Amino acid sequence: MDIGGINPVILIATLMASAVPILLAALGETVVERSGVLNLGVEGMMIIGALGGFVVAVETGSPVIGFFGGAAAGALLSLIFAALTQVFLANQVATGLALTLFGLGVSSLGGQGYNGIKPPPTEQLLPDALADLPVVGPILFGHDWVVYFSILMTAVLWWVLKATRVGLIIRAVGESHEAAHALGYKVNRIRLMCIAFGGAMAGMGGAYVSLARVPQWVDGITAGAGWIALAIVVFASWKPWRVLIGAYLFGGITVLQLNLQVAGSGIPVEYLSMAPYLITILVLVIMSAGRKGKANGAPASLGQNFHASR
Amino acid sequence: MFRLEKRPTPSKFWLYATPPVAVILTMIAGGILFAAMGKNPFEVIRTIFWDPVFGEFAFYLRGQLLVKAGPLILIAIGLALGFRAGIWNIGAEGQYIMGAIVGAGVGLAVFPTESRWIFPVMVVAGAFGGWAWAMIPAILKTRFNTNEILVSLMLVYVAETILAKASTGFLKNPEGMGFPGSRNFSSYPAAENAFLYEPLGLHWGGVAALVTAVLAYILLTRHQAGFQIKLAGQAPRAARFHGVNPARLVVMCMGISGALAGLAGLFEVTGPAGQISIDFNTGYGFTAIIVAFLGRLNPLGIVLAGFLMALTYVGGEMASTNLGLPDAAIQVFQGMLLFFLLAVDVLTNYRFRLHVGAH
Repeated sequence: MDIGGINPVILIATLMASAVPILLAALGETVVERSGVLNLGVEGMMIIGALGGFVVAVETGSPVIGFFGGAAAGALLSLIFAALTQVFLANQVATGLALTLFGLGVSSLGGQGYNGIKPPPTEQLLPDALADLPVVGPILFGHDWVVYFSILMTAVLWWVLKATRVGLIIRAVGESHEAAHALGYKVNRIRLMCIAFGGAMAGMGGAYVSLARVPQWVDGITAGAGWIALAIVVFASWKPWRVLIGAYLFGGITVLQLNLQVAGSGIPVEYLSMAPYLITILVLVIMSAGRKGKANGAPASLGQNFHASR
Repeated sequence: MFRLEKRPTPSKFWLYATPPVAVILTMIAGGILFAAMGKNPFEVIRTIFWDPVFGEFAFYLRGQLLVKAGPLILIAIGLALGFRAGIWNIGAEGQYIMGAIVGAGVGLAVFPTESRWIFPVMVVAGAFGGWAWAMIPAILKTRFNTNEILVSLMLVYVAETILAKASTGFLKNPEGMGFPGSRNFSSYPAAENAFLYEPLGLHWGGVAALVTAVLAYILLTRHQAGFQIKLAGQAPRAARFHGVNPARLVVMCMGISGALAGLAGLFEVTGPAGQISIDFNTGYGFTAIIVAFLGRLNPLGIVLAGFLMALTYVGGEMASTNLGLPDAAIQVFQGMLLFFLLAVDVLTNYRFRLHVGAH
């Protein structure tokens, strides 16, 4: 049952995997922004995670340790952002941009000597007996563990933000840091932890690019995925399940345009490869249109630094 | 323990002192980085910061400084106007590429003309290309309230694919024997952005950069529009009462920065780069963000910052050929500079107080 040379079952199965990097990064950024911090350094943290994960996986021979290495690298880089914005009270937009520029430079410096190496493979988690079932097999059972982890994290974050005390504190800090401070919460310390969590998630997402999607080390490997993750957070109105939908929509478009390139649709390759970015813009327009001001669910203190005067 | 205390008014001293302090801190941290890479840090720092100006090959390298500083200054001034008003155009790289494509496209369309009007027409077309590309995020922001940071950045990736298409498709040199890239402007005198004074590296792009710096300074200090830009950035509510139209401000700031980035692209592609090729853009659009902040978002400061950043490019190339320092190390170095600047900047608005006992 192919449609125009493209098998829909394979398409859905591939899009779930191709959405993992932006899904993880966007989930992390959702928590960061819910706490009132706008970290534009997602692209930088992702690429550092991609390199960190790759290096750790190659050196230890274990892709699982590699993913945690990627997460650690992303978190480490995000701590620079945390120090600058939470301790030195630097402008969040400028610091985020600096983090991306710095991360791209460091990754290209540190990645020398890792070109052309194959990382240890990340295998399918469940037995073939399940993955070979018609239709549901590839979609539900044919993935590696990170795909399931990313879906699990969506559910966990939804629950934490919605129903737990920790989630309430994070949201309080993001909606009104003055009020949260008056209640006795350490605003900057809570934000620092959220930033580190966001860095770890972005790093892990980056590691998925270099360990499972590509899989090898290339300069500039994340190719703007971090920026798309930022756009998806806006698209999702800062809600985890909508982040999942956004990431899958985007993953679907990416896979579809790659398939169209292979299938030879007659549309020039260049125009197909710009499609994901154009569609991201379109989605941003649709989500923001007609909602002037902050009505689209953005945390009220987003992007503002907090300094306790008393 | 030390704690931060807000100053009643921003410190004039630290406003001007932070850039030099940040540069010194970056040199120290960079030196440690270079030492960790097995290079002699003093030699590397001297190669980057001293040799291009006073070293053996300074007669040639000094010219290279303005060649690199020109586009950085031009782009950074445009960005700074927007940043001051709280409008974040970070897609200057895309506007730079589109300015180059549109401007060069006009010139290549009438090849081989000898009319001396062609270069001015290309300059206008280049500015238009960048302006039009910046109008996309500007209009989407004013009409649909979309985030200009994300849209302008997405458009960089779109511009890069258009550039790839241009250099392998619609602008490809028909006599290029199948190689990607457009005709070279060095063999097209009427459309070439040749050096006006080679020892200084002065071409029309450099002239435009310096003139723009002066005009922008006048705009910010003497003109109503400059006042509105500053007001909108520092006190958005007061700006509304003053009658500042936020939508018009967005269109103006994005338009100016887009046009300037487009101009920079046109001057680069017809001059130092020579042709439209898949990688003629070297990230000036992103480095200009660092230049804008390093120059304190002040046009005259940006001129100084542009030369300093050009020094890291020229010196970095020297260090790369002579000492085998990887190009990426310079990128890290530039990123560090922005970090230190942002960190030291805290002293402008706050001071550290010794915290005695419980409060």
